[in-house]
Amino acid sequence: MGTTSEFSLSLRLFLKAYPWRRIDPVPWTPLAKPLSECRLALASSAGFVAPGQQPFDAAIRGGDVSFRDIPADVDVRTLADTHRSESFDHSGLRQDPNVAFPIDRIRELAERGRIGSVNRRHLSFMGSITAPGRLVRNTGPEAARRLVADGVDVALLVPV
Amino acid sequence: MCNQAVGLVAAELEREGIATVAIQLLREVAERVRPPRALFVPFPHGYPMGRPHDPVEQHAVLEAALRMLEGRSFTPPVLVDYAP
Repeated sequence: MGTTSEFSLSLRLFLKAYPWRRIDPVPWTPLAKPLSECRLALASSAGFVAPGQQPFDAAIRGGDVSFRDIPADVDVRTLADTHRSESFDHSGLRQDPNVAFPIDRIRELAERGRIGSVNRRHLSFMGSITAPGRLVRNTGPEAARRLVADGVDVALLVPV
Repeated sequence: MCNQAVGLVAAELEREGIATVAIQLLREVAERVRPPRALFVPFPHGYPMGRPHDPVEQHAVLEAALRMLEGRSFTPPVLVDYAP
């Protein structure tokens, strides 16, 4: 089970005092049509980059709020884990990136007709963002604009 | 931190008309940040979709997330516990 007891004492103390950003009001989009007609995009915060893409930068104060477009036809085995956090075990997602970026499973859902289609791109963030202001003001809305332009109906977000 | 980041991105997508589900690994963070739809999974950090090379389990988590999208009787924010 994911609990803070997995973390070091210093990280636990930090999390205890951390002012979590409360989403208020909570926005809500009901599903407008059956899932079998919906286009789905993934967004992972595991810090994955596709071949040729810049790794995330762990040196940025407050966190790297940039994101990468991961093409839908990516071979999941070529995704590189550039997440620098030592507060989680990286071995599972290195063995099988579907653990944090389940693109193979999403393709199977589309083949089976459970969802309508897989979007042409997916989004990769790196989650160690302690100062999320720029995420909320800049890169989050930019990510949303891209997916809206793609005609995405539903998104699955996966942290690590 | 990852849980908060995906929750905040989910809110931006939802604001623009995309229905979202955010997997969450820390229940207390999900309760505080309040993603529109959160599926709390009882897995260790680093394993949001369960075990590596276990498509059956990964599909079970996905199916639970998809059912949240299809749910009609929810009041936001929605936090569901995934039961393996």
